[in-house]
Amino acid sequence: MPWIDAIAADDVEEEDVIRWDHDDKTYVIIRSPDDEFFCTAGLCTHEHVHLSDGMVMDHEIECPRHNGIFDYRTGKALRAPACEHLSTYETKKEGDRVFVNVP
Amino acid sequence: MSDAAQPHSEISSTRDYSLTGASSRQAEEVGLAAAEWYHSDVPRKTMKAMMKRRDGPALRDTAIWIALHILFAAGGIYFWGSWIAVPFWLAYGVMYGSASDSRWHECGHGTPFRTRWMNDVVYHIASFQLIRNPVNWRWSHARHHTDTLIVGRDPEIAWMHPINLFLKALAFVGFVDTWASFKTLARNSLGMLSDDEKIYIPETEWPKAAFWARVHLALFALTALAVLLMLANGMGWKSAIPILLIGGPRVYGCWHMVLTALLQHGGLPEDVTDHRLNSRTLYMNPISRWIYWNMNYHIEHHMFPMVPYYALPALHDEIKHDLPAPNTSIWDGYKEMMGAVMKQRRDPSHAVRKTLPPTAKPYNEFLHKHVPDRSDAG
Repeated sequence: MPWIDAIAADDVEEEDVIRWDHDDKTYVIIRSPDDEFFCTAGLCTHEHVHLSDGMVMDHEIECPRHNGIFDYRTGKALRAPACEHLSTYETKKEGDRVFVNVP
Repeated sequence: MSDAAQPHSEISSTRDYSLTGASSRQAEEVGLAAAEWYHSDVPRKTMKAMMKRRDGPALRDTAIWIALHILFAAGGIYFWGSWIAVPFWLAYGVMYGSASDSRWHECGHGTPFRTRWMNDVVYHIASFQLIRNPVNWRWSHARHHTDTLIVGRDPEIAWMHPINLFLKALAFVGFVDTWASFKTLARNSLGMLSDDEKIYIPETEWPKAAFWARVHLALFALTALAVLLMLANGMGWKSAIPILLIGGPRVYGCWHMVLTALLQHGGLPEDVTDHRLNSRTLYMNPISRWIYWNMNYHIEHHMFPMVPYYALPALHDEIKHDLPAPNTSIWDGYKEMMGAVMKQRRDPSHAVRKTLPPTAKPYNEFLHKHVPDRSDAG
């Protein structure tokens, strides 16, 4: 799977999220409070709402419409109405760029 | 402040509010189901600050709420047999039967406490107080947020046409709702879900719905047993105390919940995709706001359900330039709502349409011309 140059590290603040669209698919890239980068599917598994408008708190991301919560490190759904897990993708930081390994 | 809305379509007085009927199919066909809704612009940095969760405010308010339960119940029991007990029971009823609704609502969203289990504990306690199956209502409320006041999609529409004012008045004492709630719990406890419940509750959650219905019924059975034991021990009228404490306040203390809940969407249009059109923000006295946990900022809550109750006043200040002017009081809200409701009894297509300030973006109405004609529905 190819590594894609996705965003500049400074595009997203610590403990925040940014939308990233690639190849007709939508993702979110999350910068954790400890300055690590993570990438998950961009839509909530409950009703396909964009998670980029949601909230990052510690290692969780919360859907903006129904407050479903996921662990963005593993994609695990933690709180209803989110029941299905999120897909996650590898990331790496090189210089000031963040790369994502997408299918 | 407002003028009458032009009807979006010819809508008959009979509509199909079930989630399995013609209105549901029509809503899906025209794109009203799970539609994109209007949101006021709020800078990400500002929104992040407002969404921030803290345990402090909710712990403080929950501690006060619990303390008031204890204080009023103790007063009611201590002064039993004297008229002085009455105001204590009335106040206890409001804590139990009304303030619980906003705690249920907010903790269902998971927003008041930063610590998740605290939201869950208060959610379950408040669900029990309100005789609501905590599973069913979590999912029905999610649907209410997806499809607010979309006929055939929203299971929580309070004002259904044709409007029965007698039943609405009766709701201020909760006999009918309480009876209906017990019937639902009994049905759920047997593992039976209604057709509508099966629509909005995923199958994986059905066993949980049955489990919690059984837990609630068992607790109510214990309450009834306590009454019987007290009667058997010759305690007379004092035997009513367990019911005044548990279950009963859903009847005699729900009036404030109904008073505020009816205002949320009453008299406003169905089948629109802009919460500024179908939800009502109003100012109210600080006691009601505390009981209601700031849900008087109802447009703001629907637009941004991630914002906890204690940040809603700040959110209101941030976006009020984009919202219709709030009603100035509960009384002002009722004047507006009841004026519209009385017209809706003759013409169900009537609805309040509030004027936006010049600083606001226009209403999001591109879908509304497609709202289905329901003249044959029902």
